[in-house]
Amino acid sequence: MSDAIRKAAPHVSQSEALIFEKSTPGKQAFALPPLDVPAADPARALGAAHLRSDIEGFPEVSEIEIIRHFTRLSTWNYGVDTGMYPLGSCTMKYNPRVNEVVARLPGLATEHPLQPDEVSQGCLRILRDLERCLLEITGMDAITLQPAAGAHGEMTGVRLIRAHLTAQGDPRRVILVPDSAHGTNPATAAMSGYRVENIKSNPAGQLDLDALRQRMNGDVAGLMITNPNTLGIFEVRIREICEMVHAAGGLVYMDGANMNALAGIARPGDFGVDIVHLNLHKTFSTPHGGGGPGAGPVAVKKILEPYLPVPRLVELPDGRLRLVSDRPQSIGRMRAFVGNFGVLARALAYILANGPDGIRRTTEDAVLNANYIRKQLEGIYELPYPSPTLHECVFSDRRQMKNNVSTMDIAKRLIDFGFHPYTVAFPLIVHGALMIEPTESESKEELDLFIEAMKAIAREAETHAEMVRHAPHTTRVQRLDEVTANRKPILRWKPVPPPDAAD
Amino acid sequence: MRYLPKSDSDRREMLRTLGLSSADQLFDSIPAELRRKQPLALPRALSEPEILDYFRQHAAENAAGHVKLLGAGAYDHFRPVVIDALISRGEFFTAYTPYQAEISQGTLQAIFEFQTLLCQLTGQEVANASMYDGSTALAEAALMALRITGRSRVLVAANIHPEYREVMQTYLAGPGVTLAEVPVAASGQVDSAALEKLLNETVAAVAIQSPNFFGCIEEIPALAEQTHRHGALLVTAIAEPVSLGLLRAPAEADIVALESQAFGLPTSYGGPYAGVIATKEKFVRSLPGRLAGQTTDRDGRRGFVLALATREQHIRREKATSNICTNQALCALAVTIFLCVYGRRGLRELAEQNLAKAGYLAAELAKLKGVRLPYTAPFFNEFVVELDADAAEIHRRLLPRKFVAGVPLSRWLPERRGALLLCATETAKRGDLDSFVAALREVLQP
Amino acid sequence: MYPENYRYTREHEWICVEGGVGAVGITHHAQDKLGDIVFVELPAVGRKLSAQEAFGSVESVKAVSDIYSPVAGEVTEVNAALADHPEILNQDPHGAGWIIKIKLTDPKAVDALLRARDYEDFVRSEDAT
Repeated sequence: MSDAIRKAAPHVSQSEALIFEKSTPGKQAFALPPLDVPAADPARALGAAHLRSDIEGFPEVSEIEIIRHFTRLSTWNYGVDTGMYPLGSCTMKYNPRVNEVVARLPGLATEHPLQPDEVSQGCLRILRDLERCLLEITGMDAITLQPAAGAHGEMTGVRLIRAHLTAQGDPRRVILVPDSAHGTNPATAAMSGYRVENIKSNPAGQLDLDALRQRMNGDVAGLMITNPNTLGIFEVRIREICEMVHAAGGLVYMDGANMNALAGIARPGDFGVDIVHLNLHKTFSTPHGGGGPGAGPVAVKKILEPYLPVPRLVELPDGRLRLVSDRPQSIGRMRAFVGNFGVLARALAYILANGPDGIRRTTEDAVLNANYIRKQLEGIYELPYPSPTLHECVFSDRRQMKNNVSTMDIAKRLIDFGFHPYTVAFPLIVHGALMIEPTESESKEELDLFIEAMKAIAREAETHAEMVRHAPHTTRVQRLDEVTANRKPILRWKPVPPPDAAD
Repeated sequence: MRYLPKSDSDRREMLRTLGLSSADQLFDSIPAELRRKQPLALPRALSEPEILDYFRQHAAENAAGHVKLLGAGAYDHFRPVVIDALISRGEFFTAYTPYQAEISQGTLQAIFEFQTLLCQLTGQEVANASMYDGSTALAEAALMALRITGRSRVLVAANIHPEYREVMQTYLAGPGVTLAEVPVAASGQVDSAALEKLLNETVAAVAIQSPNFFGCIEEIPALAEQTHRHGALLVTAIAEPVSLGLLRAPAEADIVALESQAFGLPTSYGGPYAGVIATKEKFVRSLPGRLAGQTTDRDGRRGFVLALATREQHIRREKATSNICTNQALCALAVTIFLCVYGRRGLRELAEQNLAKAGYLAAELAKLKGVRLPYTAPFFNEFVVELDADAAEIHRRLLPRKFVAGVPLSRWLPERRGALLLCATETAKRGDLDSFVAALREVLQP
Repeated sequence: MYPENYRYTREHEWICVEGGVGAVGITHHAQDKLGDIVFVELPAVGRKLSAQEAFGSVESVKAVSDIYSPVAGEVTEVNAALADHPEILNQDPHGAGWIIKIKLTDPKAVDALLRARDYEDFVRSEDAT
């Protein structure tokens, strides 16, 4: 086994207890400056009934113990900084360090969202510049930077659809979603009061236009479509799709999660879509942070501008910037304050670092990398859809399942080879899917190592299936018991009670 | 382009493998009429020094030199420097959602610790990890209460943060759900007599905030008892959780929706923050958002995994408890570190300093002619003053003197023309507080 | 495998009627496809159901399936043991793993459902696709 593995992933084998288990009464990690005003008596100021006596179970540790605890925990993680992360539709690209510096600058990180516009021109200028860049990249007319994540942007988009159709007289009842869609799409539509119906994909892996034509009527508020879709395939008839939906009075929402295949090459605005959301933590390099925070700006065509969430960023003739909330047709507020400014600043830094050529080259490299992988693995893993793909490709585990080796097993074995797994078992329309998106951040050397690893695992599936099925072998923990975790959930630490003296 | 790790010869070689001669051909599957011919009209690519210049220049155009006595949902507290030192580790901030548990134990254990800390603070049994922010956490908590009770009405205290209430409106507006406002009593707290008139068997939840938007502390045990008598759930929002260093945990609430920004996240002009929903174990399957659960591996080693994923969008799809996919993981990690640094005694001391600073400011302001404190309920680090003048105008006049005098309530409540909401945390220096009082005295003179 | 005196549905439920009351559960095939079951969502006693109405759900780690009532009637009993031991559904899906008992509105309604052999054929044809 060790011969085939040329890249190692670090896993420190020590055990690291929970911080509560390392706590000792009397230790402390921080000292506040002495109080320069008279102390207040909490009982007198707040009333004794409002007071707590203690924060039971709260840790008491020193600074070095905190540094060591979290440093050790970090060594059990795999990050983009460690190596390739081929998760489909996640766009795990390099998180530039200059982004981290600018977001933390005093004068930016220190600003309060409710401070007057007059003393926030710097922040507002950053937001305005980002808006203009994103509008240029998407080819749309107006944008909101408020949504905190892609799913939040989707919710905003569906509400825009509802608002527009309501103003026309009928919000309608149904939203159509391709059967290849990401789970947030139907969840969002349902949360916004719409019934969700699936439209099937055709054998080429694209939306079945006959199915759409049959279903598209005055009951349908709109279609949520990802382009390229979750198979990495461009919906070549997107213009026709938009015309079909528009002709029946509906709107088209494009999930922009896969913009890494389009930026600088093609613009959603030119496809005819009415709304598109962006995932800044995907296409625009803001870090995933172990699951967030992100940001999900929503760009729209002119007809939907009046409904955008408040506050709106407005530029006065003299160049001053203002946040205005007096927008009677707005859908309202999607969250408190203006948006995830720290994330937005990072995205702008990324765009400024790239410029128009950089954006385009980035997209070219992303698509080149994915196609390179696809070409090399085509004969070895089954490719369910022969259509050309852009920035990601989807295989199935059908061949390997002959030896009872599933996509999950292959993914776990990939960990031993030093890689983070690809996206397992999604999209649902492919049985046993392996969804691979390398992004542009991978060198040819890293791609070749990945391809070698995937080939080695395919061979192992034939000759040493057990090795794959019981992977990973080189991590600090083996496969974890998810069944017990879900049957009897333990969702917090509790102190072990002392033995009962009365017994 | 320095972020692209390929040479031109690498690209040529790879294109050759694909039987292509130029990168353009990679996009042949996109119809020609949809492909953009001209380059994007973006600013030219900037070098790293130029990027830093751009942002530094704009950082100088804000309010960094001002004394900001401003809370209202975002609070300025000392952030221990170890937070950034630790969350800047690439293994933390460049990692993905911990779906592959074996190589995400760092993130998962940290989330588990976060969940525990929030339970300890709020007196609840389970906490998620996390929502986008306090405002969306409150909205989702209300949706939870509707789901749990099967009822259709939510009563919303008028002294909840106005932007939180707007978000509730956006999230809950729709057929089958009604919202009604619960008025405020003269004390500054929820009017429980008025609440009693509004409670009936159609009410799923009563939503309050404590300390509330005016800074006043609500009587949670009494409100809980009142709410429960009618079979409804008490949903409590907390925007300034440092208050929990001194205040008793809202254990009687059924659902707590908390904004954890005060615990180590910079105010950062509005985000990213991290909301939390904490509740009783019996409601866990209605809880949206990520949860880390403890388990063991084949060899009996303790480890952590994402638990109860069947609530979530990627499995339940249109029947999910929410569409939320992100959690604010890196923010939650920063919060966890903050709480560990302050710890059991430090958080209490921090809260005591806040109480002292705000108490001092309030007392000094109350001595001024034309200034009074309208509310009688106890407050933590925020309070309202009523001026015998137009508060927005006074606020404007104090700005060139480098004071952000809290926020005028007329921004949301046009009838409160004389009211300012002021906040003083442990970061406010006495000298600055004294200067502010003097400046206010001056501008109030006719 | 599939008891002869039970009836079955295409949604993989079974029903066994005695004295106008039917015990309802999911079939061996269903629990096998779901994998280790971690949670069962049960309806309230007294709830009235129509035929094919969803009354609860069965969860594994990675999937959740609604359970549909094979017949119309009123829920008279639910299997509380499943709350603490959902694994009973895997171990004995046709016996101890019953989920609800329902008083049938029309005792003849079961005649329209699949018999054991028809259900077995159905499962075989589903697996083949």
